[in-house]
Amino acid sequence: MAQPANRPVFAPWLDPDQKPLIRFQNVTKKFGEFVAIDNLTLDIFRREFFALLGPSGCGKTTLMRMLAGFETPTDGTILLDGVDQAPIPPNRRETNMMFQSYALFPHLTVWDNIAFGLKRSDMPKEKIPARVEEMLRLTRLEKFAKRKPHQISGGQRQRVALARSLAKAPKLLLLDEPLGALDKKLRQDTQFELMDIQEKTGTTFVIVTHDQEEAMTVASRVAVMDHGKMIQVDTPGRIYETPNSVYVADFIGDVNIVEGRATRKGDDRYAISWAEGQPEILATSTEKVDQGTKVYFAIRPEKVAIARERPEGRANVVEGKVHDIAYLGNISTYKVEVAGGRMIKAQVANERRIARRDITWDDPVFLSFTDTAGVLLLH
Amino acid sequence: MNLRRLFLIATPYAWLAFFFLVPFGIVFKIALSDYAISIPPYTPTLDLSQGWAGVKEFLDGLDFENFTFLASDALYIKAYLSSLKIAAISTFITLLVAYPIAYGMAQAPDEWRPTLMMLVILPFWTSFLIRVYSWIGILSGEGFLNQILMWTGIISQPLTILNTNTAVYIGIVYTYLPFMILPIYAALEKLDISLIEAAEDLGCTRIQAFWLVTFPLSRPGVIAGCFLVFIPALGEFVIPSILGGNETLMIGKTLYDEFFANRDWPVASAVAVVLLLLLIVPIILFQRNEQKQREAGL
Repeated sequence: MAQPANRPVFAPWLDPDQKPLIRFQNVTKKFGEFVAIDNLTLDIFRREFFALLGPSGCGKTTLMRMLAGFETPTDGTILLDGVDQAPIPPNRRETNMMFQSYALFPHLTVWDNIAFGLKRSDMPKEKIPARVEEMLRLTRLEKFAKRKPHQISGGQRQRVALARSLAKAPKLLLLDEPLGALDKKLRQDTQFELMDIQEKTGTTFVIVTHDQEEAMTVASRVAVMDHGKMIQVDTPGRIYETPNSVYVADFIGDVNIVEGRATRKGDDRYAISWAEGQPEILATSTEKVDQGTKVYFAIRPEKVAIARERPEGRANVVEGKVHDIAYLGNISTYKVEVAGGRMIKAQVANERRIARRDITWDDPVFLSFTDTAGVLLLH
Repeated sequence: MNLRRLFLIATPYAWLAFFFLVPFGIVFKIALSDYAISIPPYTPTLDLSQGWAGVKEFLDGLDFENFTFLASDALYIKAYLSSLKIAAISTFITLLVAYPIAYGMAQAPDEWRPTLMMLVILPFWTSFLIRVYSWIGILSGEGFLNQILMWTGIISQPLTILNTNTAVYIGIVYTYLPFMILPIYAALEKLDISLIEAAEDLGCTRIQAFWLVTFPLSRPGVIAGCFLVFIPALGEFVIPSILGGNETLMIGKTLYDEFFANRDWPVASAVAVVLLLLLIVPIILFQRNEQKQREAGL
């Protein structure tokens, strides 16, 4: 779908005049000897939907708990709207959190759960019911107001948790694996609902997840973390298309990594020798790579074409033999064995019915891709 | 096919019938009899050798005289009321002492919990009677407590604690403390820490979070613990007779005196029947609480 040309792109992180809502300045957090967050600096802007992505134990939950006030940094400062958060206890912060377990109060009704934070705030008593009703409407829970948490479904509980954390209209909403407990179908629906609610309320969301698809779907920017460090912070598109390291390329989606040595061929053009007797891979890189440097060529399987005949006019063509086929209904992934027993995956949309597939196991095939399809990575 | 199930269900009922209902029937029957200087010390006795006439004569001899006697003599009513009061107050004190202990246990690091649990249960390894007796050594005029208080100069005259109601309260609280700690601990231990964090996140101070979340969620444990202390404390006999004095009036003690000092089995039986009826109310409430908890799936 084409976007109207005059629509402004939401990218406050590119605008040097924008003040960040949250600023991490050289934040370090240690638990005893273990370094959970390692000298991290990061800006998050107003109205962003910011995803912290990484394997378990990478520090993403610690980062979020520091924002909520349940952990204090060992070193460095966290600023919210320019205010140092260190001395502010969790109950006085302008952030609210949606817990992974939802943490709904089992002894209170849905209504009372949502009203819980409002009753603790300085909101006049007579205004509370209206606000609760508004939240119930927003999350489509009107019918369940009088029920207790154990009398509603998992998806409804998730929405109660969201309504409760949004009720106080926080400057910042933290979501800790908010959809982890839902099944896949419901999770997908809820992702869109979350984006919708984020847009409607204009709240800044920071979401912690280990599900890369979820992060890609909902977030305006994704931060990939590992061992307490930010590996890459970028838009989902850029994270996917131009990962800055093998770690990010491998963590997000499926990828072929080919190790080789680069030779400069022009301005931004390089040739990579990766196996003896095989034509060099032609690729481009905006980053300057020294002659003969060891590089990793990363290319997504869907950018590799597969054919029985040698294709004409493609920058790169590699011969191989079909080793395995994974049929996923809408797409098929071909695992092709190329020189030296290396495997390269090619992904093809199944435009024809499976019975009419013309490539099968052990067929000799040609893999091809353009010189701009992949990226050169140094580490 | 259903024989196995029938047997499984019938077993506890048979047990109850044999060891509770039948003895209760016997006690109830004695309560309806009259005092007599004989062996056994009551009339009438059932003489089956005379056939139907014997049964009829036996039934004619039964009446509710003893119950009306209990109602007419202020001693018994006072004893019942005093028992209720002592049981209620000591239950409350036990709760006040037990809750912080249970809370502390639930907050303790995981590796400490089995040890703490062990310490709570440890007193059960010694005979209950010996433990109550040993309180005499602590509370008496020359006991440890008075010695320490006088040595530190807090008091100059020994306090009279032994043989007063205070000693009874101390005894009951001490004895039944584990029964209060364990259910409260069980309730607190299940509590998800993120609920407290959520409460704080939504603007509660630590103290507010405790009263709005922790305490309400531990209420089933509190109720269970209160009943577990209140029910046996109501009929308590050993503690008031060892630690209590003349002023201590408890129905268990009255029952004992009636039975062994007066040898008036029928009146003693009537006292026992009334005590049981009084206990049934809290027991039913206790069962309700347990059932409600199960239904709520907490």
